[in-house]
Amino acid sequence: MTNNDDVQKISRRKTLKAFASFFALLGGGAAGLQWLASQPLDGGIRGGIPQPLRQALDQNEKIFRPLYSPEHLVQEYPKSAAAAEPRVNGDVGLDEATFDAATWQLNVLKKNGNQVSFSLADLKKLPKVEVVHNFKCIEGWSQISWWGGARLADFLAHYGLHEEAQMNHLGLMTPDEGYYVGIDMPSALHPQTLLCYELNGQPLPPAHGYPLRLIIPVKYGVKSLKRIGTMYFDNERLPDYWTERGYDYYIGL
Amino acid sequence: MPKQIVYKHKLATRWFHWLNFPLLAIMIWSGLLIYWANDIYEIRIFGITIFKFFPEVIYQWFNAAFRLADGMAWHFAFMWLFTINGGLYVLYTWVSGEWRDLLPNRRSFGEAWQVVLHDLRLRKTKPDQGKYNAAQRVAYSAIIVMGFGSIVTGLAIYKPVQLAWLMWLCGGYETARLLHFALTVGYVLFFGIHIGQVALAGWNNFRAMVAGFEVVDKPAPPPGNSPAERAAKTAAS
Repeated sequence: MTNNDDVQKISRRKTLKAFASFFALLGGGAAGLQWLASQPLDGGIRGGIPQPLRQALDQNEKIFRPLYSPEHLVQEYPKSAAAAEPRVNGDVGLDEATFDAATWQLNVLKKNGNQVSFSLADLKKLPKVEVVHNFKCIEGWSQISWWGGARLADFLAHYGLHEEAQMNHLGLMTPDEGYYVGIDMPSALHPQTLLCYELNGQPLPPAHGYPLRLIIPVKYGVKSLKRIGTMYFDNERLPDYWTERGYDYYIGL
Repeated sequence: MPKQIVYKHKLATRWFHWLNFPLLAIMIWSGLLIYWANDIYEIRIFGITIFKFFPEVIYQWFNAAFRLADGMAWHFAFMWLFTINGGLYVLYTWVSGEWRDLLPNRRSFGEAWQVVLHDLRLRKTKPDQGKYNAAQRVAYSAIIVMGFGSIVTGLAIYKPVQLAWLMWLCGGYETARLLHFALTVGYVLFFGIHIGQVALAGWNNFRAMVAGFEVVDKPAPPPGNSPAERAAKTAAS
């Protein structure tokens, strides 16, 4: 009997100790998560989510970026597999009331501060490249679609934008300045990144960004800006509509 | 009946287990915020929808609507902790030799069925067991395979271009997403059964997962060898 009393005493002491530690750790963990969730949101170009989580996303970019290679091509499909009417998922930056297709041109802000403008005809002088790929939306859906246009890399090379192509980031903005993206240069120079003027072999419909849009298959669709108005460059990250709303800047697939 | 303290779960095992619980919970919660943005899965039989993933009330309960950015940020930060904790657990289990108690053996799959029948009160006796019964061996090993599957399918959706071979291995982009989702549903089902079994097994078993020990009956000494019996023998001779 005395033996069992001892067992009971030891057991009670050990149990109390263990559960005290358990609940202390549980409370500590809960407090830690609460702290994380209540951290100030990053403002401006890095906005929308608690700062430590933004830092984690930026670290992820560093970890996964070495995987990127311009030789990793996005899988292509036969044209017959492409959707006849690809999904239209957003109209930010497509203000039709202020847009005049007749006077549209692509404005490029050069590194030296000069601005050069290009017409659609200037883009069509470059070799036409067609990409039929599984377009991936950050929301989680994907759809095979068929795009045609000029390689962004060809455009920069042909029109002497060499210094610009050496910079770290490329930015695009819609004519109404409502939508804008920043893209790391290696992804922008990927051979399947298009300055795109055709969908299913036809001129882009307005809802898909007539007259010229970006198609960048190595990123989620949010980077494939519709209706490019201005192109610009920087060595730092450039303003990005969805990054300001809490999304990762890099989102490389 | 004389009692004794028997150590059951190592400190490392308990740490891995109790770290995994909140980490997996955060992964599932943030995954729900992501899934909300394209919630296309449902169970259909003969064209009739039996269950839609998920009913509106679930999203309301978790305040999941319009939080894709939030979900992705948490998911892609905590994926590291989830993966590291799981990886260290597997490494520890392997190096310490504890896998011997955990991996199913030749008899486990048949016996696991007997355990299920017993737990459903359809069978009186239970197969002999060591630290874990056959059903536990199967379940606790399967959950590790599932965790591995979640990491692989997750990576395939995360980098479908740079890791195209992995995406291909998972059956393509959409299939990888479906598998990633189905595994998560699996965790929730596992959790439900696990909680039920822990509740049925009682306090002693639960305490072992926190404090590491159980209080059990001391096995009776072999007959004819107790002090009293020896004394009686001596007196008789």
